[in-house]
Amino acid sequence: MSIVVARQLCKDYVAGDIVVKAVREVSFTIEPASFVSFVGPSGSGKTTLLNMIGCLDPPSSGSLEVAGKDVTGLNSNKSAIFRGENIGFIFQDFNLIPVLTVFENIEYPLIMVQNWPVQKRKKQVEKMLEAVGMTDQGHKYPNQISGGQKQRVAVARALVTNAKLVLADEPTANLDRKTASRIIDLMKAMRDEFSTTFIFSTHDQRVVKNAEIIFRLEDGELQTESNGQGGDS
Amino acid sequence: MNNIIKMAARNLRRYKRRTLLTSILITLGVVAVLLFISVSGSFKALMIGQITDSMMGHLQIHKKGYLASMDSLPLNRNLQEKQIAKIRGLLDGNDAVEAYSMRLKLGAMFSNFNETTNIRLIAVNPKQEILAAPMLQDRFLQGEKEGLLAKGEILIPELIAKGMKVKLGDSIVLVATNKDGSVNGQSFVVRGILEGISGPGGRDGYIHLEDAKSLLRIEGKEISEIAIRLKDMGDLEEVFATLKTTLSSFKNKKDKPVFEVHTWEKLSPFSKIAGMIDLMTLFIKVMLVAIVLVSIMNVMVMSVYERINEIGTIAAIGTKPGKIMALFLAEGLLLGVFGTMIGVVLSLIGIMIMNVSGISFDFGRQKGLMLAPTIAATDVVMVAAIVIAIAVLGSLQPAWKAAKMDPITALRHV
Ligand SMILES: Nc1ncnc2c1ncn2[C@@H]1O[C@H](COP(=O)(O)OP(=O)(O)OP(=O)(O)O)[C@@H](O)[C@H]1O
Ligand SMILES: [Mg+2]
Repeated sequence: MSIVVARQLCKDYVAGDIVVKAVREVSFTIEPASFVSFVGPSGSGKTTLLNMIGCLDPPSSGSLEVAGKDVTGLNSNKSAIFRGENIGFIFQDFNLIPVLTVFENIEYPLIMVQNWPVQKRKKQVEKMLEAVGMTDQGHKYPNQISGGQKQRVAVARALVTNAKLVLADEPTANLDRKTASRIIDLMKAMRDEFSTTFIFSTHDQRVVKNAEIIFRLEDGELQTESNGQGGDS
Repeated sequence: MNNIIKMAARNLRRYKRRTLLTSILITLGVVAVLLFISVSGSFKALMIGQITDSMMGHLQIHKKGYLASMDSLPLNRNLQEKQIAKIRGLLDGNDAVEAYSMRLKLGAMFSNFNETTNIRLIAVNPKQEILAAPMLQDRFLQGEKEGLLAKGEILIPELIAKGMKVKLGDSIVLVATNKDGSVNGQSFVVRGILEGISGPGGRDGYIHLEDAKSLLRIEGKEISEIAIRLKDMGDLEEVFATLKTTLSSFKNKKDKPVFEVHTWEKLSPFSKIAGMIDLMTLFIKVMLVAIVLVSIMNVMVMSVYERINEIGTIAAIGTKPGKIMALFLAEGLLLGVFGTMIGVVLSLIGIMIMNVSGISFDFGRQKGLMLAPTIAATDVVMVAAIVIAIAVLGSLQPAWKAAKMDPITALRHV
């Protein structure tokens, strides 16, 4: 079963008289445990598309199935629950919660989103800390660690609930080149370890080459994919 | 739940200064209200105690229409033997009644053999009067207060003692006109001089009920009023209501009620002052509510605004809107609880200090009255509950706004 199935997906933004067609009739399928990148110039619709897959933004038309569920008509509470159960997020600006330690940031979804018992929770967080190589940094606060480390913590937070799908909108845009490729390597390693599907967007060509499946967006439309696997139209 | 509180506490600690300032504001408000309630309450209790315990009693029963013509101390509106018996039966059977005193009130001419003046007198049975108005004895400026009064003795108010230049032990003569218009005189020895108090009857003299009867040539029982003291003043309204209904069921031949009953509030002008104190207390409470509401709302609106990005993040990763709302409500709640707790502690300390150092004041001709401020636990709990509830209420709108935020818009916010 495919993890994401999009058919004729459209997103229009209406601002006054002007209609911006941010995503136009895009169709694709993504299989579980794949490592996918959406690439394209600025304004091509990457963020818009990822937001739709992440159930943060409803499509204007077309159909969209994520993890086997039609997600086009969810209300805010239902979509919050769906995201909490199925999707992990990694943000361009890391978006860690400043009042929580590294450990607590990773623990957050297990407490506030899912409802894990304490012991199980601690073990899971330890496991994630180790997986992203931050075992000895758990007690630090976000403002005490580097950008690359923050993004590692964010990766751990996205994976801690055993999400089936992790979405990352420009996860490396705020990192230098070396750190960026380390983060992409980490994400790939996580995919290997946990069989999680990773979908990330980027316009950085050096990052793109690490992806296994690449979808090119141009002006809201999907170009024929380059790596030859996974997509259909 | 626990985790929400923990997270809220963390967020409050993030803005230490702002949290502190808001708490201080709430604390100050709580302290002001509690101290005001305590001091005004004790002032009120003291004054009411002065009035009721030294003179008036908590309730008074008269023959219908007596109060309206009280100024002339009418002897033709007295209660007669049968009526007295009925009331006695009623009062003796009432557990809330501690004591009552039967009084005959009369006007007389007071003569020191040189000069004459008018005097208003309350004739009492000393044993009853001591029980019904225990603080009457405290009004003795001179003289032996033990036992209050014996036959042939008179207690005179300070003003008449001064004006007529009468001293303890002096003989004086009272001349009174009875119901039928015949005049009679009788001599008395000055047993004590009483301090005057504010309110009706506060400047009356006292004689023994038996002396009054012989002076007025009254055969059998006859009294003008019954002053009632309750075990607990808190029962006043209840006892008053039952007495009123029972007494109004006694009708005369013309089917009019025979008795009237009044509370001290109806009889004393001080009840107006007491009412004003209550109004001021209410006003101050409203101020407190306003302070708490505005300061909490202000802080919470700021908190939400500053954390839009964070709200977007937690919403995106699946925190339900209800939980986001709870997070912010918990912050308001904690602020309220924190401010209130400090406020309550400071107030209690303040009240303790006032009690230890002793606050005295003068009221009218009474000097050196000592205030003993106390505060009822129910008052503390009520003020605390109001403040905390208002703190939550003040966070409601900001919290709602945070919960309704669209994650994408929030995430894009810089
Ligand atoms: N909320 C919005 N209202 C109106 N137009 C929008 C909105 N969000 C995006 N757009 C428009 O939709 C188009 C696609 O935007 P999107 O953010 O998806 O591009 P992107 O590929 O992520 O670009 P970038 O690489 O700069 O992040 C753009 O033309 C953008 O101006
Ligand atoms: Mg973008």
